[in-house]
Amino acid sequence: MSKTEFPPSIKSRPVYGELEARSGSGHLMIADAEGAEAILDLAKSTDEDFWAKAHIIYIPKKTGTKYSSQLEELGAGQFYAGPSYEASQSRIRRALQDCHMGTQVYLTGTESLMGQAMAEATAAGIPHTAIQTEHRGSTARRMQCVHCKGITEDVTTDPFECSHCGLSLFVRDHYSRRLAAFQGVRVDAEDPGNIPEKVELFK
Amino acid sequence: MSAGTAKLNVTVAEVKPINDLVTRFKFVRTGGGSLPTFSGGAHTVVEMQDGDITRLNAYSLMSNPADRGAYTISVRRDDQGRGGSKFMHTQVKEGMEMVISNPVNLFSLDLRAKKHLMLAGGIGITPFMAQMHQLSMMGGHFELHYSVRTASLGTYAKELTEHYPGRVHVYHDDQKEAIDLKTLLANQPLGTHVYVCGPKGMINWVHGTAEEMGWPREAVHSEEFLAPASGKPFEVKCAVSNKIVQVGEHQSLLEALEAAGIDAPYLCRGGACGQCETNVIGYDGKFLHYDHWLTDEQKAGGKHIMPCVSRFEGKTLVLDR
Repeated sequence: MSKTEFPPSIKSRPVYGELEARSGSGHLMIADAEGAEAILDLAKSTDEDFWAKAHIIYIPKKTGTKYSSQLEELGAGQFYAGPSYEASQSRIRRALQDCHMGTQVYLTGTESLMGQAMAEATAAGIPHTAIQTEHRGSTARRMQCVHCKGITEDVTTDPFECSHCGLSLFVRDHYSRRLAAFQGVRVDAEDPGNIPEKVELFK
Repeated sequence: MSAGTAKLNVTVAEVKPINDLVTRFKFVRTGGGSLPTFSGGAHTVVEMQDGDITRLNAYSLMSNPADRGAYTISVRRDDQGRGGSKFMHTQVKEGMEMVISNPVNLFSLDLRAKKHLMLAGGIGITPFMAQMHQLSMMGGHFELHYSVRTASLGTYAKELTEHYPGRVHVYHDDQKEAIDLKTLLANQPLGTHVYVCGPKGMINWVHGTAEEMGWPREAVHSEEFLAPASGKPFEVKCAVSNKIVQVGEHQSLLEALEAAGIDAPYLCRGGACGQCETNVIGYDGKFLHYDHWLTDEQKAGGKHIMPCVSRFEGKTLVLDR
């Protein structure tokens, strides 16, 4: 699956770029699912000594073993495949704790992965403008219910039901970098019970 | 004059020679009262009445930002300069009344940083002194690497080493000591910001090395005040005020505008802040851009000039002033 073009929106909505190999003392790459393709594309233009300094943290999600062996063959100094973002989080934190200024961070895959890893990397002290991102794969969203504050992952329809409080929520482009989530607001707040039909907006 | 920032009337409370080149000046508010607070890295523009000439030089505030009783600056005598530092060294005496600007900070700490790595060269130490006061009060994490020519010219090196044990590293040129920048930059934890103040070569060296090593641009900060360059005299037409102004050999365009009674904006007077940016209406000749503010395209475009440091050579220059 190739790069997604998102329509222009409000300022808070994140925009993504295209990964490029940059000079640095290390390369921390965090990817999920089809994000593997962006790393494999990047590998077409890297120097020999690039991968020895690289650390890939990969969460295959529904792609299973489709990309794992190709990623492993890149010969990164460290390669880790984890079952979920949550399972990989402690490794991401540890990797950030160990690296020094000059390390380049590359994030690719779903918005949920990039957003959460971005929050970790900025908390570790890297300016967000210095972190590279490239969207690949699913456009499903990580949503925060503004009422109960619960997070619902992989939202594909608008409206959708909050997986915590059950309210029907309207999917906004309003994004929180701190929470790495878009905001979901009760769709029938002014006219309770009047819930528009679900439309599948994200795949 | 309303340009620049609001002014402060101060009295010189102390003039203290520190070494062969550097003298420290302490200012208190004339008539008593406290001075505005500032943040580490701020400077003030000191007005000097040198005969018919009004000199305006920017100096970093080095005192504790929390101390509103007095400001101190340190001035390095530059015998090749245009005379501002010489005036400070020879004419300014205790008890003298002077006018200085409110503090302006173009070199502030990025308080999101987890660690502040400071690199000073020579008199570039002064803004860091205020910043170190500020960070010590906040419990901030900092480290200073200070390059000096000789121990006797190492302004405040001894005091700083004693005051901040383990955090201050002094390098003496005459003993062939130098900052090992590559090793230093390679070993900084994530979240470190680097700050450099010193000669132009040192600033370029730090920016260049940091970029090469993959440091984010946002984590590298520098300050260099340029002294306005001397050059051939030239004439400038001011379209708004309808005046023709002669710029002398040792005068900056900004100074010439001010001498002609034109209320031109400014803050740093050193090509750094962008406040004095002026639109060019027409010209026939070539610009000598010396500032750090305009982009290379803007410099080539011939539509803007920074009168505080840049000059012009040619037939006519018409400015929107």
